[in-house]
Amino acid sequence: MTVNVVVLLKQVPDTETVVRIDADGKSIVTKDIKWIINPYDEYAVEGALRLKDSKGASVTVLTLGPQRTVEAIRTAMAMGADRGVLVDDPATEGSDALGKARVLAATLSAIPFDLILCGHRAVDDDENQVGIMVAELLGISHLPLAVALEIQDGKVKIDRPVEGGRVTLVAGLPAMVTFGGSHAVWNPRYASLPGIMKAKKKPLEMKKLADLGLSADQVGAKAAKVKVTAMEMPPQRKAGRMIQGDTAKKAQELVRLLHEEAKLI
Amino acid sequence: MAQGVCVITEFRDGAFRRVSFEVASEGRRLADALGEGLMAIALGAGVEAAAPDLGGYGVDRVYVVDDPRLKDYLAELHVPVVADIIQHLSPRVVLASASVDGKDLSARLAARLGAGLATDCTELKIEGGALKAKRPVYAGKAFAWCEWASGVWPQMASCRPNVMDCRIPDAAKKAAVEKPAASVPGASKSQILAAQKDAKGKIDLTEAQIIVSGGRGMKGPESYAMLEELAQLLGGTVGASRAAVDAGWRPHADQVGQTGKVVTPNLYIACGISGAIQHLAGMGSSKFIVAVNKDPEAPIFSKADYGVVEDLFQFVPALTEEVKKLKSTC
Repeated sequence: MTVNVVVLLKQVPDTETVVRIDADGKSIVTKDIKWIINPYDEYAVEGALRLKDSKGASVTVLTLGPQRTVEAIRTAMAMGADRGVLVDDPATEGSDALGKARVLAATLSAIPFDLILCGHRAVDDDENQVGIMVAELLGISHLPLAVALEIQDGKVKIDRPVEGGRVTLVAGLPAMVTFGGSHAVWNPRYASLPGIMKAKKKPLEMKKLADLGLSADQVGAKAAKVKVTAMEMPPQRKAGRMIQGDTAKKAQELVRLLHEEAKLI
Repeated sequence: MAQGVCVITEFRDGAFRRVSFEVASEGRRLADALGEGLMAIALGAGVEAAAPDLGGYGVDRVYVVDDPRLKDYLAELHVPVVADIIQHLSPRVVLASASVDGKDLSARLAARLGAGLATDCTELKIEGGALKAKRPVYAGKAFAWCEWASGVWPQMASCRPNVMDCRIPDAAKKAAVEKPAASVPGASKSQILAAQKDAKGKIDLTEAQIIVSGGRGMKGPESYAMLEELAQLLGGTVGASRAAVDAGWRPHADQVGQTGKVVTPNLYIACGISGAIQHLAGMGSSKFIVAVNKDPEAPIFSKADYGVVEDLFQFVPALTEEVKKLKSTC
């Protein structure tokens, strides 16, 4: 029996982006931003493709976002994902995490899945909510921060680091696994040239809220229970002090400052 | 009518986690601003004996479910119990900690209760009887202020560890203990199979007060021994840049940055880290930053309170010696 894996994927600004606040005071300037697959979601794509390689899993990528997101889906397809679903509806602009989770959960009711994978957080708004909420709405287990993943006998098993060790968690399928680790842990594969050619022909389904039986009143800005009303830049740090002298002198002075002035040690 | 502030505590291995005291202290401030009471929810194995001590952090009344099955956090067991208590108490504000378990619990609760949740908040206040929260986005490259839809309760927020001021506990104050009728579900679909823990019990980077971090300038895994020594002397823990983790010198759990841990220690000592944008985002909110780098142009110096232009292989041992001298005199 084929294992059906769905990866929830979000497109985010590249992590090297210099963030600037837009004139509206509550969003960032998106002009000239380079968009990438959220790194933790990219690890989830890699995790899914390893299940495809080892178990013949079928991999679907599901995204909520505007048309630019197609590029991220095609990238995941070029890596090896089989098909994509994009929910693109302007009514979801201003949705809160729960609204987004409701859209994804509704979409998942029409997609067969045994395992749902995504990053534990998206590195743009850092909410750490949507994947967990989808699990709650679907009534399935959630295993967080995976750095290793396997499925066996209808169960999913992950490792997650805790400081100075790791724990192994197991859940019956269907289940949600959110990915942690780092680039070095998951080492997501690059899209090959034949992969890129094939990706263009893979099925990509477009959906609107109406296709999911949802309305803007249920999941859009009006339904949002929490919203961003303002953004600000981090406080400027005061210019620091460069410590002078030879090596020994500098070490002495730094310890004195940390002890007497900063009172930290 | 929703009333009061309710904090959800974490009780592990026979004690409340420090972050729960921070959340309780913050809850007290908000409750005072509202002129209302502070409640706490405490689930765990053997939690009843420790529960009254939450009074020292400002909790008026604690709702305790003491059950051996609640020893470790498992969503399927904890969430329904906490959700029932919250629905019964109908608080205006619910606070949790933004720990791994706290994030899972609070997001599930918000979905179950149809509530709005702001995660990982660094500042909370009450305005016009409602909550307002500040939280980092883009790993701290910017901050967002969140407000809740009016008339929808509870307003939920999780607090980033190590940020909210923790009260000095008043041992004379005890919280009243309530034991609500709770039915703990019989079984969980997910389980903890195995846990391998270091005897040392390394402090989580996100909760560490002092971090000594090394980057590409460390040149290899073996040189981290000197950072370990310095960190241990200072009572801190070791972190790393993405470059060091990608090179395989350090475990990924040590990675500080936009992909990795976002940290807010009292003291962050960056050794041989040039300061890529994504690293600066992850540690830029540290209360105090020391940078050691031989390149005077390294961007890390723009964030540093104290900068040292030195070869770290010369400087770190010298620094360690000075710290030893200091520790032996005080």
